[in-house]
Amino acid sequence: MTNTSSSSGTSTPEIHVRDLHKSFGDNDVLRGIDLEIGQGEVVCVIGPSGSGKSTLLRCVNLLEEPTQGQVFVGGTEVTHPDVDIDAVRRRIGMVFQQFNLFPHLSVTENLTLPQRRVLKRGKEEAAEVAAENLERVGLSEKADAYPSSLSGGQQQRVAIARALAMGPEVMLFDEPTSALDPELVGDVLAVMRRLAHEGMTMMVVTHEMSFAREVADRVVFMDGGVIVEDGAPAQVIGNPSHERTRHFLSRLLDPAMADVEDDVEEGEKGL
Amino acid sequence: MSDADATLQPRKSGLTRRQKRALSRGAQYVVFVAAVIAFAVAADWGRLKNQFAQWDLVKQMFPDVITLALKNTVLYTMSGFVVGLVLGLVIALMRLSPVGPYRWLAGIYIEIFRGLPALLIFVFVGVAVPLAFPGTEIPGGTYGKVALALGLVSAAYMAETIRAGIQAVPKGQMEAARSLGFSHARAMVSIIIPQAFRIVIPPLTNELVLLFKDSSLVLFLGVTLEERELTKFGRDLASQTANSTPILVAGLCYLLVTVPLGFVVRRLEAKAGEATK
Repeated sequence: MTNTSSSSGTSTPEIHVRDLHKSFGDNDVLRGIDLEIGQGEVVCVIGPSGSGKSTLLRCVNLLEEPTQGQVFVGGTEVTHPDVDIDAVRRRIGMVFQQFNLFPHLSVTENLTLPQRRVLKRGKEEAAEVAAENLERVGLSEKADAYPSSLSGGQQQRVAIARALAMGPEVMLFDEPTSALDPELVGDVLAVMRRLAHEGMTMMVVTHEMSFAREVADRVVFMDGGVIVEDGAPAQVIGNPSHERTRHFLSRLLDPAMADVEDDVEEGEKGL
Repeated sequence: MSDADATLQPRKSGLTRRQKRALSRGAQYVVFVAAVIAFAVAADWGRLKNQFAQWDLVKQMFPDVITLALKNTVLYTMSGFVVGLVLGLVIALMRLSPVGPYRWLAGIYIEIFRGLPALLIFVFVGVAVPLAFPGTEIPGGTYGKVALALGLVSAAYMAETIRAGIQAVPKGQMEAARSLGFSHARAMVSIIIPQAFRIVIPPLTNELVLLFKDSSLVLFLGVTLEERELTKFGRDLASQTANSTPILVAGLCYLLVTVPLGFVVRRLEAKAGEATK
């Protein structure tokens, strides 16, 4: 099922990041990122915390303003000073770690309000699209509930439905399952898996290696603000060619072992 | 070593902690009862009753004290509250603006109007505004002046409250709205401000109670008979009859509104506390 050869054959890439830099004060979080994501491609971005992967994702829809470099989405240069960023963001769905549902609105209203205010859709059309997308994430029965009465997994699925209701060309996921209890992760990943199969272009920052291995077309490993490794999941996760990637993966799989390795490494450096 | 020994030694007084607590509580009751008795003995109840509880005077005040005085008090308060709320929201948004001069202006306004007695502002509205802008009438006559004066006073407090409320809305809410394509202004109106108002309803209700009492300052503007509110009404009648009963009745009318409002505030606060758990 894994579409190992990336769809770089198709004309322009859906997301194109060129020499992207971002610093917060003296802290250089991104130090020259180049990345292309083709239409319908699913790319998982992995890496240790502080590696800049979330910042990269947030630069794609300009929630963070890059210090230098360019980002193109669907051929539009997002980073161009004259671009209507609100118009660009309508085409990019985003899902956050903390869900960020609007707590003062019901589930349906969470889906209809952005459609009506931003896309100027009529009441009925918005309601129809909302119902469609709630069904897509399997939460039709929660249409009238308020976010506070939902589990974390349900909230995240509503958040996905809210983004989908806007009809985006691209979906960005910022650690969508990191804030969830382990038993709730599966439902959210199932929704994302289905979305990937439907051909949505997806950029996913995640720690879920099994999801990356199974669903992603490509896995990008970041560390220290640069892309260290970029390739098929079987290669990057299964047989990494860089020491840093290996180290990260071993730490993820067995934190206790990684500590031992750290000590050994430091000892070697000391010599 | 010696420290540890000391803690095991019985206290000098020989009282346990529980005994001490009982003793202290007992002392407080004694003081309380003594104070009540002293007050009851010292006060001249006959004269107090004459001065404050003339039943036929009470009857004479009705229904005007409700249909005119209380009605006007409520009207003044509500109109001042609405002006203050709108002005307060604008100042709060100015305070949060990325444009420096807006922030400074809002800051100056808040410092000035929070620091001035409400009475001075009433005098200012009654005297200075007509002087400064000759020929212009504040629309609505006395009602307009009161709404303006109370609005100016309360806007400073409400601006600070609303600003805190807006800042209490998690940052992710604005990010989610922006990522859906909302402009900053539209996100503020549809997403952030509605949530901020939920947070600030208890403190704003408190402000309403304060305004309710401040509305008594209307008497410094000079009002017609029809425009009198509770305090003015009570005072006028008290001086006419050389008896203070009307003042007591007017005071009770204030409590008629402020006590239930205070109750509502506590309920709202308890509810808000639960919601944030």
